[in-house]
Amino acid sequence: MSTVEVKPIKPWAASRADHIRNLSILLGAMIASYLFVAVTPMKGKLAYFFTFFLFYMIATATYKLFTRGQMAAKDALVSTVVSIGAVATLIPIISILATVVKNGVKGLHWSLFTTDMSLATPTDPIANGGLLHAITGTITLVALSLVISVPIGILTALYMTEIKGRLIGPIRFLVQAMSGVPSIVAGLFILSSVLYPITKAYSGFMGVLALSILMIPTIARTSEEVLNLIPNDLREAGVALGGTQWRTVAMIVLPAAKSGLVTAMILGVARIAGETAPLLLLTGGGDRVNPNPFDGPMGSLPYYIWKSFNAGSPEAITRAWAGLLVLVLLVLILFTAARMLGGKKK
Amino acid sequence: MTSMETSETMSTSNILPKTNVASLEARGIHAWFGSHHVLSDINLDFAPSTVTALIGPSGCGKSTFIRTLNRMHEFIPGAAMAGEVLLDGQDVYAPGTDVTKIRLKVGMVFQKPNPFPSMSIGENVLSGLKLAQLKVANRDDLLEECLERAGLWNEVKDRLNAHGGSLSGGQQQRLCIARALAVSPQVLVMDEPCSALDPGSTLKVEETISQLKSSMTIIIVTHNMQQAARVSDYTAFFLSDGGPGHMIEYAPTSDIFSRPQDERTENYVTGRFG
Repeated sequence: MSTVEVKPIKPWAASRADHIRNLSILLGAMIASYLFVAVTPMKGKLAYFFTFFLFYMIATATYKLFTRGQMAAKDALVSTVVSIGAVATLIPIISILATVVKNGVKGLHWSLFTTDMSLATPTDPIANGGLLHAITGTITLVALSLVISVPIGILTALYMTEIKGRLIGPIRFLVQAMSGVPSIVAGLFILSSVLYPITKAYSGFMGVLALSILMIPTIARTSEEVLNLIPNDLREAGVALGGTQWRTVAMIVLPAAKSGLVTAMILGVARIAGETAPLLLLTGGGDRVNPNPFDGPMGSLPYYIWKSFNAGSPEAITRAWAGLLVLVLLVLILFTAARMLGGKKK
Repeated sequence: MTSMETSETMSTSNILPKTNVASLEARGIHAWFGSHHVLSDINLDFAPSTVTALIGPSGCGKSTFIRTLNRMHEFIPGAAMAGEVLLDGQDVYAPGTDVTKIRLKVGMVFQKPNPFPSMSIGENVLSGLKLAQLKVANRDDLLEECLERAGLWNEVKDRLNAHGGSLSGGQQQRLCIARALAVSPQVLVMDEPCSALDPGSTLKVEETISQLKSSMTIIIVTHNMQQAARVSDYTAFFLSDGGPGHMIEYAPTSDIFSRPQDERTENYVTGRFG
């Protein structure tokens, strides 16, 4: 019996002619938009961007209209609009990151990570002084806020999804309302209810309290959604095996929701990592490394960035950009670490 | 077929703690969801070491009925019930009864396989011990014994640490049976355990049921008439004629299928409706 060799092909893939046609439409749209901007009084990158998409949209839709008919033309039009939406979302993100990296790299220096600003003035050269106090401060603030907010947030979510008690309505309403609280309000609340009447001094912990107010609703809401996705079958199976509700939740529901709960924590950290307003009011923002969050002013990256931009000297502004870059990198490292810890599958 | 050989060479349990096989009696069971009366006046005795099949069209209250037996009915919001369920003479709904103990004695296998996703195959089987905080002398032997009795040991013995979700649907359901066996229940209720399985897996589950009969009382809900005829000693036919479901006929399985007393039973088992 002779064997006929069959090669795998993809009959649905775009042919070479298709590629060339798509490319020429793309190029045509680019040239047309360039010429259009050149002859009209419009100026700037945005003008190029929008005329390009307009021309590209018209060109693909017209091409489809003549080759495949009206339905295909509408389909192409909608595809292009959706793509524009996606690209439009990416533009600000990428340009923010690019600006931060471009300006921040100039200020990067090894001493940033080894010294603080206690012996440096804003007009000192970059090599003098560093960000150590701000980096340790932000890490301490975020870590302590997590320690307070994660248990409270997850317990709140468990009350809403597992216990389903009578207070579920008011609690859900308050959690939703709280997630819209402006950060400055959280800061003023701690200032007037804890700092002025009780401690009477700036400290990192005051900042932690305000950040927790912002973080708890984020964690509670996301955790609630995640826990609601866990199939009820699993809860029934656990209870049917003779487990109490608490043991079923601890052994089955929470482990099944683990990666989602890590996402909730990440969103919580993202909510507070760059918060500035409450820290300006509450932490005092020292220039010296302060390992004790309960005593004395504590620096943080957002505070440092704000302070350096305010100082106004070219060196200070370079330092502020470097601080921004470090903040972005720090958040990135935190996210990656959390993803790796939470996403680990057996 | 290797599975047949396995089941024939299977020995009786000497690792599972010896439990007296319990009798179960349902006395005047009614059930409601909110104000909706779904089940009316069910009286049924389940003798020790028998298999009873519950048959009837969808929505006639079979599943609701078996969920009243191990107090899973109350897990649904808005549920209510009336009547008594006597496990070895003790009403499981008596005030002061520890509901977790009842569910340990009356185990359950669900319609859809539901292995715990965060646990390995081995951990799944032994999860009941952890959930109910039971101690056993030799976990490895218990693990092998339960998987053996569920007819799954040969297929998973080399990958006990693999994810429970990596098994096929039929294997997952047998894993859930093994999990229910690990806490050595006196009664096992099964809610359409084969409805999501292929014929081969169904056969294995049925073999498992025949083997388990010596050590526990089994109640199985099924839509498969042949299955009821194959595995059960007694059969109860449930029907809802618009109102709450009730029991039309209860008799030894051979009688239900060969000479049913009620015309509706005859119509149902011969496939004229339902």
